[in-house]
Amino acid sequence: MTGTTLDDYSDRYAQRMRGMMASEIRALFAVTSRPEVVSLAGGAPFVAALPLDAVGEMMAQLGGEQGATTLQYSGGQGDLTLRERICEVMALSGIDASTGASPDDVVVTVGGQQALDLVSRVFLDPGDVVLAEGPSYVGALGVFQAAQADVVHVPIDEDGLIPAALAEALETVARAGKRAKFLYTVPNYQNPGGVTLSSSRRDEILAIAERARLLVVEDDPYGLLGFNGEPMPALRARHRDGVLYVSTFSKTFAPGLRVGWVLAPHAVREKLVIASEAQILCPSMFAQTAIATYFATMPWKEQVKTFRQIYQERRDVLLASLTDLMPAGTHWTRPEGGFYVWLALPEGLNSKEMLPRGIAARVAYVPGTGFYADGSGGSHMRLSYCFPTPDRIREGVRRLASVIEQEMLVRAEFGAAAQPDPSRVTWTSATRFGRPGGHTPAPEVE
Amino acid sequence: MIPGMEPHVLILAGGLSYEREVSLRSGRRILDALRAVGLDAVVRDADTALLPSFATERPDAVIIALHGATGEDGSLRGVLDLCGIPYVGPDAQSARVAWDKPSAKALLREAGIPTPDWVALPHDRFSELGASAVLDRIVDRLGLPLMVKPAQGGSGLGAAVVRDAAELPAAMVGCFAYDQTALVERYVPGVDVAVSIVDLGEGPTALPAVEIVPQNGVYDYAARYTAGLTTWHVPARLDEDVAHRVALTAVAAHSALGLRDLSRVDLIVDPDGGAHVLEVNVSPGMTETSLLPMAVGAAGLDLGKVLATLVSRAVSRRSAV
Repeated sequence: MTGTTLDDYSDRYAQRMRGMMASEIRALFAVTSRPEVVSLAGGAPFVAALPLDAVGEMMAQLGGEQGATTLQYSGGQGDLTLRERICEVMALSGIDASTGASPDDVVVTVGGQQALDLVSRVFLDPGDVVLAEGPSYVGALGVFQAAQADVVHVPIDEDGLIPAALAEALETVARAGKRAKFLYTVPNYQNPGGVTLSSSRRDEILAIAERARLLVVEDDPYGLLGFNGEPMPALRARHRDGVLYVSTFSKTFAPGLRVGWVLAPHAVREKLVIASEAQILCPSMFAQTAIATYFATMPWKEQVKTFRQIYQERRDVLLASLTDLMPAGTHWTRPEGGFYVWLALPEGLNSKEMLPRGIAARVAYVPGTGFYADGSGGSHMRLSYCFPTPDRIREGVRRLASVIEQEMLVRAEFGAAAQPDPSRVTWTSATRFGRPGGHTPAPEVE
Repeated sequence: MIPGMEPHVLILAGGLSYEREVSLRSGRRILDALRAVGLDAVVRDADTALLPSFATERPDAVIIALHGATGEDGSLRGVLDLCGIPYVGPDAQSARVAWDKPSAKALLREAGIPTPDWVALPHDRFSELGASAVLDRIVDRLGLPLMVKPAQGGSGLGAAVVRDAAELPAAMVGCFAYDQTALVERYVPGVDVAVSIVDLGEGPTALPAVEIVPQNGVYDYAARYTAGLTTWHVPARLDEDVAHRVALTAVAAHSALGLRDLSRVDLIVDPDGGAHVLEVNVSPGMTETSLLPMAVGAAGLDLGKVLATLVSRAVSRRSAV
């Protein structure tokens, strides 16, 4: 008589699937779809602000009159018309013909996520090192995990990635006899930190990377969603050969269409196209045409301005509510754009362990542990202000403040402070190795 | 319901508890099983649209696949009683007692059914009397190791084994994140088994016990719901007389709590063959890795047919009123 694990395939899975398992965090997030819960967790853009009638009409025409083309395969690199539009969008961040940007070097992808996956497929072997901000985007960590790479986190502060820490990280990696294949960074309104890499640091980071022949993967989903003035020139605008630029239409238009892109040096672009064809043959022609048409025929810049205004108002409400309601010892970043605030809990609290209390109080956030390859980061949490209305944001913060106060009380009573969290240290110094640990992002956390 | 017609079954799944995802999976599994035997069934959430929907689409019977408070604490059953809609499983009052682990344990002990020694205390009591002093008394009284779990809840969420007194405060904090009352039990080492009870018209009957062997020794959330992380033995690897005693104990627990139709009794079998009841679930999981469907299969029964029988029993209870 033998037992069953209900999984007859367990001796056949690839090594990279080890550690991927059902998670309590995912289970807790399941209730965020119910309206009773104020979710400050999700990174979903407020697409209800789009001119949905006009977009719907456009889509109907694309499926009808142009159906013979839009419902067909496209080329692996992506539709040329869309790639031209993409170059117009990138020009707003200083990436234009004068910096060597061309539609020829753009590869259209299924959202920014596939772009990150392609870059990883092209550059990473198992055991390779990727440098990434600490904290870093959870979806990127999932990609690096699938590539079986080691992630070394480089601390950030209010001005973004710390150049001296990057240099230190490179030395640490070299001392370990390894080579970092690339630096993954979100310089604008970072996910989850909410911070932006300052202009002077951009030059410093690029200089360090150039000296070390370290490729930079610049992920820029939020660059056009700054609340004050023009977008800062991208890293790619300053250095044409050493930077791969990744972005997406998910935040400026609609994530449901799943269209992103990567701009790469010529030689790399060739590899990316081949890798993409092997993976998906080609991106959706319908989605590509829809986006190209939207950007050619509708007032998209006005729409982005509308989005900025909506997000700025919500950011203001979130920051004001935090100031009014959060207990002493709580700290947070003040984003100048994008979707996220990174909040540090009072000493001794752990955001992951506190989550059930939050869900019981009908408020959701993302524990900081998701943003570190080794699962540290429990001293922090990510709050999003992109989707809930201002009233709901304030109510969510009210509930969260009460949850934090209760947790402080219980921990004090039992004398049970959470284990000291390395992320509290790495915010200002130190680096370490870590294999991303099995927490692929739930789509709603993106 | 029109005589001769198959009943229209409403499966309630989702809810607002921590076990929402598990519940949604249970709901889909029940739907598939019922449709496979030709029953007309739908799944929906228990939300503000539920009661208005009864005006246009009144079910002949409800299967509650909600886990956590709404599904198990009896309150939803009470509302269905108000609406005059029959449901599979125990009535509101019995469900309420089974759902609250300390109440259920008290009733079991009164009926002479072994259950590990315990203390159940709300968070407020620790605040009033001083947490550290109360914890010291608990360790003095129950010894180590201990099992700490929320007084209400399932899927192993918020539960922890404490082998060293120094680990107890953190375990209490983890538990109080899930519930206002903690149940601290003497940890009984032994074999984990789950016995599903069904009553298809001939009285409550124990299905073959399922033995649970988690890969890393702890039957936590990941071990419960990730295929491959736990080995289940059906029937459990018990001597015949021990298996018989375990089955009798489980049926006795089901009856002592006044349950009906189906339940799942979780027990520990100690090295001497003694069976200790840990808890009884009135809305057992029905997912691909859940224990009741496994036991149904091991008994040579079909889950759809079992559920269909329970539905018709529920409908006839309504007719009898």
